[in-house]
Amino acid sequence: MHARSKPASPLRQPEEPGSVRRRETAVGLPPAFLDWFQRRGWRPRAHQLALLQKAAERRSTLLIAPTGAGKTLAGFLPSLVALSGAKPARREWAIHTLYVSPLKALAVDVERNLLIPLREMGLPVRVEARTGDTSTARKARQRSRPPDILLTTPEQVALLLSHADAPRLFAGLETVILDELHALAPTKRGDLLALDLARLTTLAPGHRRIGLSATVARPSELRAYLVPQPGDGTTRLADLVVADGGARPQIRILETEQPLPWAGHTTRYAAAEIYAAIKAHKLSLVFVNTRSQAELMFQELWRINDDGLAIALHHGSLDAGRRRKVEAAMAAGTLQAVVCTSTLDLGVDWGDVDLVINVGAPKGASRLIQRVGRANHRLDEPSRALLVPSNRFEVLECRAALEAAAAGDHDALQHRVGALDVLAQHIWGTACSAPFLPEQLFREVRSAAPYADLPRQRFDRIVEFVATGGYALEAYERYARLKPAGDGRLRLSHPRLAQQYRMNVGTIVEAPMIKIRIVGRRAAQRKPGTAGRLAGGRVLGELEEYFINQLRVGDTFAFAGEVLRFEGLHDTEAFVSRTSDPEPAIPSYEGGKFPLSTHLAQRVRRMLADRRQWTALPEAVGEWLGMQAERSSVPDAGEVLVETFPRGERHFLVVYPFEGRLAHQTLGMLLTRRLHRLGAKPVGFVASDYALAVWGMADLAGMARAGRLDLSALFGEDMLGDDLDAWLAESSLMKRTFRLCAVIGGLIERRHPGKIKSGRQMTVSSDLIYDVLRKHDPRHILLEAAWADAATGLLDLRRLGDFLARIKGRIRYQAATHVTPLAVPVLLEIGQELVYGGGVADAILREAADDLVREAMQRKP
Amino acid sequence: MLDTRAQRLSVCGLPLIADRSGALYWHAERTLLVADLHLEKGSAHAERGALLPPYDTRETLARLAEAIDRYDPSRVIALGDSFQDRYGPQRLRTDDLEQLEALQGGRDWLWIVGNHDPAIGTRAGGRVCLSVKLAGLTLRHAPAAGGVTHEIAGHLHPAAKISMYGASIRRPCFVGNGRRLVMPAFGAFAGGLNVLDDAFQPLFGNGGMGVWMLGQSGLYPVATRYLSAD
Repeated sequence: MHARSKPASPLRQPEEPGSVRRRETAVGLPPAFLDWFQRRGWRPRAHQLALLQKAAERRSTLLIAPTGAGKTLAGFLPSLVALSGAKPARREWAIHTLYVSPLKALAVDVERNLLIPLREMGLPVRVEARTGDTSTARKARQRSRPPDILLTTPEQVALLLSHADAPRLFAGLETVILDELHALAPTKRGDLLALDLARLTTLAPGHRRIGLSATVARPSELRAYLVPQPGDGTTRLADLVVADGGARPQIRILETEQPLPWAGHTTRYAAAEIYAAIKAHKLSLVFVNTRSQAELMFQELWRINDDGLAIALHHGSLDAGRRRKVEAAMAAGTLQAVVCTSTLDLGVDWGDVDLVINVGAPKGASRLIQRVGRANHRLDEPSRALLVPSNRFEVLECRAALEAAAAGDHDALQHRVGALDVLAQHIWGTACSAPFLPEQLFREVRSAAPYADLPRQRFDRIVEFVATGGYALEAYERYARLKPAGDGRLRLSHPRLAQQYRMNVGTIVEAPMIKIRIVGRRAAQRKPGTAGRLAGGRVLGELEEYFINQLRVGDTFAFAGEVLRFEGLHDTEAFVSRTSDPEPAIPSYEGGKFPLSTHLAQRVRRMLADRRQWTALPEAVGEWLGMQAERSSVPDAGEVLVETFPRGERHFLVVYPFEGRLAHQTLGMLLTRRLHRLGAKPVGFVASDYALAVWGMADLAGMARAGRLDLSALFGEDMLGDDLDAWLAESSLMKRTFRLCAVIGGLIERRHPGKIKSGRQMTVSSDLIYDVLRKHDPRHILLEAAWADAATGLLDLRRLGDFLARIKGRIRYQAATHVTPLAVPVLLEIGQELVYGGGVADAILREAADDLVREAMQRKP
Repeated sequence: MLDTRAQRLSVCGLPLIADRSGALYWHAERTLLVADLHLEKGSAHAERGALLPPYDTRETLARLAEAIDRYDPSRVIALGDSFQDRYGPQRLRTDDLEQLEALQGGRDWLWIVGNHDPAIGTRAGGRVCLSVKLAGLTLRHAPAAGGVTHEIAGHLHPAAKISMYGASIRRPCFVGNGRRLVMPAFGAFAGGLNVLDDAFQPLFGNGGMGVWMLGQSGLYPVATRYLSAD
């Protein structure tokens, strides 16, 4: 039996299955390492030896391994071996190995855990972490006398490269290790890192890379990411090592005794059954999809916690100190369950988890498998997981995810085209380090996989954007940030611009956050609303500014495992007090909502179309689908079902694309516009991950009969033309997307804490810039960048476009006389989901104004 | 239904029309008032390394031209901070300057100076003055301290925020109490200061204030109980 003695570590070596395959390799471990493995009772695993072999051949390699297979140790072993055997002459002040992780906590943790084997083997290797929290003095020292192994984040790599001494610092670089590459690569941070890697190739041409990744469906995306691309249209790939996956996980779906809800995401109905599962295990991770669900589930579990089980809460908004405490308690084995969000998807194993409970639909097959991997005490024993669907549709989704896991299918990483705003930031950073030759930089940029297809003309436009803003009106030549150095190179026009770059580096633009500080109830009562007078207590964490802005004094909400009463706002802090109110009035804030993955959506559609599969579903679900077939219709896998029916005073049109909430919201906006033009008088819509319902005043079925509503025209692909363009003009989602591009691209500065309130009149808001640019320079490169983001981001246009193409000529229309069984879940979400944009702002203003008029009229006798 | 294209309001009994663009038309005097144009704000930022789009002057003048077309005033008075700084007029591009001259043609044009533009050179045309007295009202840049009446001013960039149905909307607004009025900033790149900020309190005292918010296609009177702080 494995002793639960030391805190779990990322270098933990899982115990060997009894019959491990021995693999003969040309490269073995030096005696010191073999001794160390033996002292620990470990044997090197096949993939660890394979990576040593790759290192000896100087090949860049992607290692795919399940959580807990000793992946991180495998990544570091070649460097440790090389450094232990290096002659003293080689050992100058130079970075030998650069380790990059998406989480700064992980970098710090790996540092701690690398020091253990180094000490035990007596290796004189210097290891240091560098994150945003590292002191200025230490950072300066790391540049003048760098460690052998530097553990850091993508942003810190960009910062190091922006200094003039970067060539010296990285000249001796031998190895770059990229951890959690599957999570990093498909993001803007991944783009930034890819550009920095291209730079590193120029500075240290001989270095090789190791990527560490969880299982993905198309590893070639990551393999290409790891190595310089030739730039001739062909793709170069890193080598691939796949670790033995161990025993197949045992995943089951909760068979509830309770009536299965039609809609909603609270999963309250299953709290008692989840509690029972927790009680039957040592340590359970209870994954939920959003922070507010985490708060709610935590409250529900404690409500029935008669045995006083140690159940904790962990999500991204909680104060970092509180999170570290929970992690430490997990490692120490003093907890029985942690309710958590995706914050525990990545990173270190914090304890001997023996059950993973996934509450709500998993949304993606890969996410589920990774979460389930958290219960990986021994590789030869299956990890155990329980899926708890929140509603009927989620039963289908859970079933699909379970089948995908059984088949070993994963969600494919989308091929990523590097973002232009990130490129602008990188060009600026490059100029901070030294003057550059555009031709040379262009070739370097194209060697990064996300930018391999970048045309020269776009690159030049981005350079122009960095230099003068890139406006059609050539207005700012004399204020240019980049100026010709005289020899064909471009240089920074003022050293101040390097400072400005360093203050704004990175691609994570957080929504402005407000600290949540708890104060005594009595202090709060004395001076209601005047938070400024309230003495501060502990900080519980932080929440998005926009959520706090909706609150009025006296409103209650759940946060950090407590029900809190809002007492007032003071600068960047919200003051709250504890309350005994059992039902928080404002339960929800966003965050961490993932749309349904394309892969799972496809499985759900197939399951729906194939009646034989219904028998495997819970009785209530099978019965529900049977009723749907009887009263309306069930579409084939390649079709989309569109229903109309009257209900109350309204006429509904419901469509079931299964393309995820974001794409459905965009579709809803566009359909509403079109129906309005057709005279269908639409008044609202609601979107879920599976379906979309639009309702209006006109008889939609009658219009369809009379030939005034042509569905194939209504769902025509031209929807993404003029209608989209008109809607984008006022879409708040588009404005948010633009703001991110403007900050990352260096057009406007980030809002630094403390500077938020001052100078609201002085700063120019990105919304004003968006409006003016759209009108006067609609082809501006930053608008292009924002549209490209919108296509895959908040508006999910790409998926919507794929959908419209897929269903051409394959619409199954059903005019029903009553609300249909399949439509019930989405109709139940009406009133719970908010819809923004589409002229909503003026409608609200008008309503507020009308209200004032009514009030004025009523006062008259 | 409420007509929201413009709203009638008054200062000390004198009837005025607040336009959805943020301009104010005084029919009896055939005078159009605008506040805080902040022309050449984009280029002012560019000088300091923030390369904001250079189209703000063009956009502000285009909106001003629309308002002038609607009312055809014989006089236009700009209530100060018409330029982002005293060098603004020099930075005006030729086409923008021509547009400005076209607007000024056949009209009396008064620039009241503000803290941003304490001096306005001759390149901008028009007449320059510290403040204007017209038919019993004082027009000036910054509102005078205390409970003054008979005044129309700018300077503060009033904006109001309301939150309904989980959406919050923050827009420039007119704010007044029937005895004095503060106009919204007209400039395309001008920001706003929440009317619940301490700066507004001494102007209107406890007598309450009326707020008219600028929408995308209308001007909307909004009850103060709906307003929220930033």
